[in-house]
Amino acid sequence: MPNSGFEVLLSVNNLRRLAVGLGGTLEIALISVAIGLALGIFYGLLLTSKNRLVYGLCRLYLEAFRIVPVLVWLFLFFFGSAIVLGVNVEGFFVSVAVFSLWGCAEMGDLVRGTVTAIPLHQWQSAEALGLDKWQVLRFVIIPQALRKITPPAVNLVTRMVKTTPLVVFVGVTEVLRVGKQIIEFNMMKNPLASFWIYGFIFMVYFLICWPVSRFSKKLEERWAF
Amino acid sequence: MNLEFMQGALPLYASALLLTLRISLLGIVLSLVLGLLCSLVLYQRERERSRALWGLGKLVCVYIEFSRNTPLLIQLFFLYYALPKLGLMLSNEECAVIGLTFLGGGYMAESFRSGLEGVSRVQFELGLSIGLKPLQLVRFVIFPQALALAVPALGANCIFLIKETSVVSIVALPDLMSVAKELIGMYYNTLEALFLLVLCYLLLLVPVSFLLTLLERKLRYAEFGI
Repeated sequence: MPNSGFEVLLSVNNLRRLAVGLGGTLEIALISVAIGLALGIFYGLLLTSKNRLVYGLCRLYLEAFRIVPVLVWLFLFFFGSAIVLGVNVEGFFVSVAVFSLWGCAEMGDLVRGTVTAIPLHQWQSAEALGLDKWQVLRFVIIPQALRKITPPAVNLVTRMVKTTPLVVFVGVTEVLRVGKQIIEFNMMKNPLASFWIYGFIFMVYFLICWPVSRFSKKLEERWAF
Repeated sequence: MNLEFMQGALPLYASALLLTLRISLLGIVLSLVLGLLCSLVLYQRERERSRALWGLGKLVCVYIEFSRNTPLLIQLFFLYYALPKLGLMLSNEECAVIGLTFLGGGYMAESFRSGLEGVSRVQFELGLSIGLKPLQLVRFVIFPQALALAVPALGANCIFLIKETSVVSIVALPDLMSVAKELIGMYYNTLEALFLLVLCYLLLLVPVSFLLTLLERKLRYAEFGI
């Protein structure tokens, strides 16, 4: 292949730079997934509350994150933090905050759906068998809930990974920006660089998300009731 | 809040809102068409074992996996910055619509497919036994039920696609995000710019989600007889 432009991926340490850029985005994704999913479990239990006020407030939070695009939330936190806090918060922290809150909202809705989907008679029959409250939870409710929630929760993780490239809008140096730098550096001697770089990034995202979403689908099939 | 500034900024936001609306509408309609075609290929492949259909089905599966497992932002970058190098020039609006269709088609196909799968096979045999032709069967029996089953998922996809249009400023389209960003950068009226930005998105998305809920309620009839 004479001058196909493919070498741009291999030359110097371009591949390593892209990997570092990608690592930055994935770091944000993974931190937010950890925070969001953990908080989401508690938030989901709050959503099942019978208290009108608690439910109303929780619902408002959920709908707000559902209706308004994540990118708008990023803008709100990024530019809004300067007004509210009086300091410029770095894009990294803004991104982690927004993605955690978003993940928490989505996870909460999944938890709510799972908890309410377990029929009341499961509680009642377990109690009739003589299990105490803790045993009912431990041996009856939680195992069923875990099976129900794992596939959509895994799916949520891929959704969060797929949404994190948005951090490029709030000035985080991530894989797209690194790609742009490499392309601009090679503009003259390698006009096809952008094809290879962006094609590569596209494939990398696919190779990260595809196995995970397949895993989620497999789990769903295996654990179908 | 500076009302005068907001008044001055309104026309900018209005035209940006129209742009977002236009791109979303085109993207949604085209991805519905693409999704329906893909799901029909997959559906037909189940009942008819021809080699051409098998190959086409495989292609559709690959496409669905790609569109569902990559971010729109990366797809747009590829369309806008990489394809011109191969000689395929697209205007920025075409890029946005094609990107949205590529993304949405996969999601719509999955929703249509789950709708079609929800209609039991017995209905085919029943329809044939009362003398319907295959086309009539699809037109009057299968499709109305499948569509009604798919509507909640299709509606969610529409909202998702409208929200996804927020990244089109990356292909140099003057959408709501870029208007807000420019106003913040030029005049430092951050509060007003962000307020109008959120307001515009609410104006766009709240009615849509309300209408979709109404539509879902109207189409509940399909839940009978499954």
